[in-house]
Amino acid sequence: MRPLRRFNKDRVSGTLLVLLGAGIVAQGLQYRMGTLTRMGAGFVPVVLGTLLALVGVAVFVTAEPGDFGTAEKHPTEWRGWICILGAVVAFVVIGEYGGLVPATLTTVFLAAMGDRENSVRDAALLSVGVTLAGVLIFIYGLKMIFPLFAWGH
Amino acid sequence: MGHALQDLWYGFGVALQPNHLMWSVFGVLLGNLIGVLPGLGALTAISMLLPLTYVIAPVPAILMLAGIFYGSMYGGAIGAILLNLPSHPPHAVTCIDGYPLTKKGRGGAALGVTMAASFFAASVGILIMIFLSPVLEVVAFKFGPTEISSIMLLGLLAGATMSRGSPLKGVAMTVFGLFVGTIGTDVISGTQRYTFGINELSDGVDLAALSLGLFGIADFLVTINRVHIKGSDAKVRMRDMRPTREEMKQAFMPMLRGTAVGCLFGAMPGTGPTITTFIAYALERKVAKDPSRFGHGAIEGVAAPEAAAHSKTQVDFIPTMSLGIPGDAVMALLLGALVIKGVQPGPQMISEHPDLFWGLIASFWIGNVLLIILNVPLIGVWVKLLQVPYRLLYPAAMFFIAIGVYSTHNSLFDVLEVGVFGIFGAIFLALDFPVAPVVLGYVLGPLLEENFRRAMLLSRGELSVFVTRPISGWIIGACTLLILGQIWAYARRLRVPRTLATEELMVE
Repeated sequence: MRPLRRFNKDRVSGTLLVLLGAGIVAQGLQYRMGTLTRMGAGFVPVVLGTLLALVGVAVFVTAEPGDFGTAEKHPTEWRGWICILGAVVAFVVIGEYGGLVPATLTTVFLAAMGDRENSVRDAALLSVGVTLAGVLIFIYGLKMIFPLFAWGH
Repeated sequence: MGHALQDLWYGFGVALQPNHLMWSVFGVLLGNLIGVLPGLGALTAISMLLPLTYVIAPVPAILMLAGIFYGSMYGGAIGAILLNLPSHPPHAVTCIDGYPLTKKGRGGAALGVTMAASFFAASVGILIMIFLSPVLEVVAFKFGPTEISSIMLLGLLAGATMSRGSPLKGVAMTVFGLFVGTIGTDVISGTQRYTFGINELSDGVDLAALSLGLFGIADFLVTINRVHIKGSDAKVRMRDMRPTREEMKQAFMPMLRGTAVGCLFGAMPGTGPTITTFIAYALERKVAKDPSRFGHGAIEGVAAPEAAAHSKTQVDFIPTMSLGIPGDAVMALLLGALVIKGVQPGPQMISEHPDLFWGLIASFWIGNVLLIILNVPLIGVWVKLLQVPYRLLYPAAMFFIAIGVYSTHNSLFDVLEVGVFGIFGAIFLALDFPVAPVVLGYVLGPLLEENFRRAMLLSRGELSVFVTRPISGWIIGACTLLILGQIWAYARRLRVPRTLATEELMVE
């Protein structure tokens, strides 16, 4: 696990907030602003975006210049991140084109593989167990509408 | 007084209807179970079951959600004391003295004291709720859009600045939450805002998706392979839970003081339970004859914060229900669930939905009795559950999150939303932002915007109404004080780098 480059958390946070706020304002200006009496759809978002950017500036300015230390506690963890996010995407994609059973098997298996302590066998067993329980609870128990298999749909 | 008792009697009638009682028991049990599981707290528990409430009637839905809430608080204390693992932030303080007690072999007694203190504090909180709500209801009727906007502002400010961590970052998260609340169709003009042509976003962001992303996925992303949660081998049997006479005597006054602290803070919108427990703990240390015992297994350090958390939880329902202003993220989720069910919390709620309001109060009491009855014999089961390793727990939780969010609208798009908010949440968490205020902002956002726009329409664009109308003026005054207080605290911190007091509050 290679540590991320050292950076000042508050500086990064401030910059991020300013960008986010600016983006919100830029998009918000596309909507009608209106007046204070009759506010348009854009009024409140633009105010919020401005506020967010201002808070961002304040976070940036009040950052303690030497505060780099905390970054080391969070090394990059690509395997875990990719597996967890992949599991979410897999559920959506396979759920759409393959049905609930393959989607659940893949999601749980992928998510479990994110943890270094899980073996392939453990992950496979867990995914089969969760799929069985899931189908029983949600399809037969709660009568949810979700095709179990939907090949080539 | 007699009136309140009569209403309460009616409430028991509602809560004891078999159908309602069933959901309440279900919620309490499930909350307790999820609260015990390492790494899953009240927020995750409620978010996961939020989708289920869409299909049941409002009264049982809210009874169940409330049950999950206090059930998970009982469960969370077990993990905190036996495993040194605060799955819900308010229990962080309980760990400080609870875990040393476990190491000394008195973990069972600590649990017993916790349960007694929780039950006592919750009962006091419920009583206060019963007698205070009708009074607040009268006051609340004097509230127009102007006053509602100001008090929401106060709640949001308090929620942002009183949570732990940097107040500025708390404000940033609140504003971000308010923004997320504006996504979707603008109710007044019908304009599509920030939907980028995506049809599924026109109804706005889904509450369950947002909270499960922020409190579920984000948490997994941050903790994976970093935190190694080991199972507990502590063995606790039923008879270990009986505290000695000495321990009971030691815990009694702290329990009363903790309850008082919780009640006081519960009535203040925006002050989360975490800060309340820290204050209760700090107070115990102040009044103790021998403060050095704290941190090494002082039973007072367990009784007071747990009592404070529970009385606070109950009293917190007052501003949530009567003003529509949630005290913290959990309350915001409950409020969001009510809004989804078409119940508008606020001054009219108690009179328009007496079954819901009084039924909820009665169910609190029934739920707390149930929890005491359940937890004593089930303690062995809970201890076993604590041994389920995290590596097996979170993949299963991932599936329940995905299917739960899907079920709200039978839409896979909502599941993608969870992923997106998970990434946002993880970035925020890694940068030391508190994420709970996002939900507070999200739930209050649309209500605040609507009231603010209405207030401006009524006053013909005069912003000064917020100070010239008396009630609103006082509230805005309180907001100003809050901000000035934060600036003062910041200025002081610049001069004295780290005082003992901040150090004490930062223990984690």
